[in-house]
Amino acid sequence: MEKQWAELSADEKQEVLFQKWLSPKDPEGNDLQFQSPEAAQSYKERIQRIKDAIQMKKLPDRVPVCPLPSMFPAYDAGITVEDAMYDYDKCYAAWKKFVLDYEPDGHLGSSAPGPGPFFDILDYKLYAWPGHGVSPAHSYQCLEGEYMKAEEYDALIQDPSGFFSNVYLPRVFGALEPFQMLPFLPGILEMYGVAFNFIPYGLPPVQGALKAIMEAGNEALKWAGMVGSFDGEMASLGFPAILAGFTKAPFDTLGDTLRGTKGIMLDIRRRPDKLLEALDALVPLMIKMGVGAALMNGKPLVFMPLHKGADGFLSDQQFKTFYWPSLKQVILGLISEGCVPLLAAEGGYNSRLEVIKDLPKGKTVWMFDQTDMAQAKKIVGDTICILGNMPLSLLTVGTPEQVKEHTRELIDIAGKGGGYIMGNGAFFDDIKAENLKTMVDFTKEYGVY
Amino acid sequence: MSKQLVNAIADMKEDEALGLVRKMVESGSDPSVILDATREAMDIVGRRYEEGAYYLPELMLAGEMLNEIADILKPELAKMPEVKRHGKVLIGTVEGDIHDIGKNIVTFMLDVNGFDVLDLGVDVSPQKFVEAIQDFQPHVVGLSGFLTLAFDSMKETVEAISTAGLRDQVKIMIGGGQMDEGIKEYTGADAYGKDAMAGVNLARRWVGAK
Repeated sequence: MEKQWAELSADEKQEVLFQKWLSPKDPEGNDLQFQSPEAAQSYKERIQRIKDAIQMKKLPDRVPVCPLPSMFPAYDAGITVEDAMYDYDKCYAAWKKFVLDYEPDGHLGSSAPGPGPFFDILDYKLYAWPGHGVSPAHSYQCLEGEYMKAEEYDALIQDPSGFFSNVYLPRVFGALEPFQMLPFLPGILEMYGVAFNFIPYGLPPVQGALKAIMEAGNEALKWAGMVGSFDGEMASLGFPAILAGFTKAPFDTLGDTLRGTKGIMLDIRRRPDKLLEALDALVPLMIKMGVGAALMNGKPLVFMPLHKGADGFLSDQQFKTFYWPSLKQVILGLISEGCVPLLAAEGGYNSRLEVIKDLPKGKTVWMFDQTDMAQAKKIVGDTICILGNMPLSLLTVGTPEQVKEHTRELIDIAGKGGGYIMGNGAFFDDIKAENLKTMVDFTKEYGVY
Repeated sequence: MSKQLVNAIADMKEDEALGLVRKMVESGSDPSVILDATREAMDIVGRRYEEGAYYLPELMLAGEMLNEIADILKPELAKMPEVKRHGKVLIGTVEGDIHDIGKNIVTFMLDVNGFDVLDLGVDVSPQKFVEAIQDFQPHVVGLSGFLTLAFDSMKETVEAISTAGLRDQVKIMIGGGQMDEGIKEYTGADAYGKDAMAGVNLARRWVGAK
């Protein structure tokens, strides 16, 4: 890399990130040792296949196939979700079995279950998880609430980081409740005034919270060690992890995390101007989050789960006014830094296709769930790589023959001319293993260009 | 003033609507006039949702206005006679699943379309559904679920209803998340509703309403 990062064009940056992804490193920063020459070759072929599908400059050798599970690897390995969250070795083994059994072109790593003890330490409130409101066998689920109140828009807009540290964190982590007492950090200006601002750090409840945060940090490191070695070992066996990190649509950051669905839907009607202002304020933060992960992990794909802009949630006008402009800015911001946003459009996106089609060519992947793939191919297929959308219902209760037929149909329709990755429509838990195997194996056979 | 109130609610003018309600209460209007106007407005909201003019923001705001108006009228409401309803619907999110947005919208739409709805909430066990059917005697049972684990929970709920000997008394509809006709077959329910209006139309058909 002769030119400075800032001097590179978006295309060049994307290429640099793909090249970094193609040349994986071990934790010491040396070139990763592959376990065999075949593994080294498979690793590169898999990434090349995905890269060609995304960039649409030339046809891949075949349709890439990326089954993207939620907790399926746990079910398939015969452990509970609780096991996967609390016993990192079990998680590692189950997720490894998944990759080796299905041999995907790209995998999601082993981070999906998340670190159970970490959530315990902090007393996390935003989710219910096994043993904490959900049975051991089931996946965690979001507990929506108004973690930001309607009258707090200005506080968020003026100082998002301050809002997160002193207001949001105390509400979603029981152990961090004392952070409500933390000082306003821009108050730390000069001399003796500085000391006044440190008083809260001397208070026992705040010190207790800081201890919890250190303990949580240790746990996070321990878990990240598992996640990191997993990706390393899988790479050495020829299986690339596809995601560098994640970020979100500003509307979903507000709607999922802060205001809740009901809150944000009412805000569209009750305080549209404040909502738009807050969405704008979140744009640079969401870009920073995605770009930071891509640069740190040295690969281009940044995951963005899309929730509240689906068909049926908002009118076309509301989508174009409240959901899309800030999301588009985040997407373009990521693209200009070489990232490839992978947008998982949960639910249906049929009425949104005309809106999203004006994105630059070869820069994004859209994972569709209940969107008509023929329409998607027709409307956005020239510019956007589409991924999906084997229905979870079929994978769960269908037969291998039905899955095979549907795989064929998807490849015929959506795979035509490239720009397509075979995969599921939504993240899956307890589906039939034979159905998944059929989807993957038949794609490798039938999806050859 | 009641025509004005109908329009204010239907057009999502919350402040104006609540102001009108307060004014009508103060001037001694019969609460039934306010309730009729509210019902008429909700009918319009439901129709606009059905026609694709209104979406979640409007449904949620309509729900809020309904609650706010009920709060203002509370002292008067106790004196009101019960409204005649088309039929009873029992609804809930099945065991293991705690998602409720879709279920709440269906509940709201059933309610504004004249059904007597009992909402059991989320993570409802098959046994709780069975007991509620025995007590509430619904015509229709709505099973909601967002996650794929709901496939089995729904199947188990339908089975529990059969085992209790109640299957012939109720029609069962499913909806939400990853549900479709294939899952309807799998669970043994009578129908799958793609969205809230589909649910309302199924219930209407089953109870023989308009």
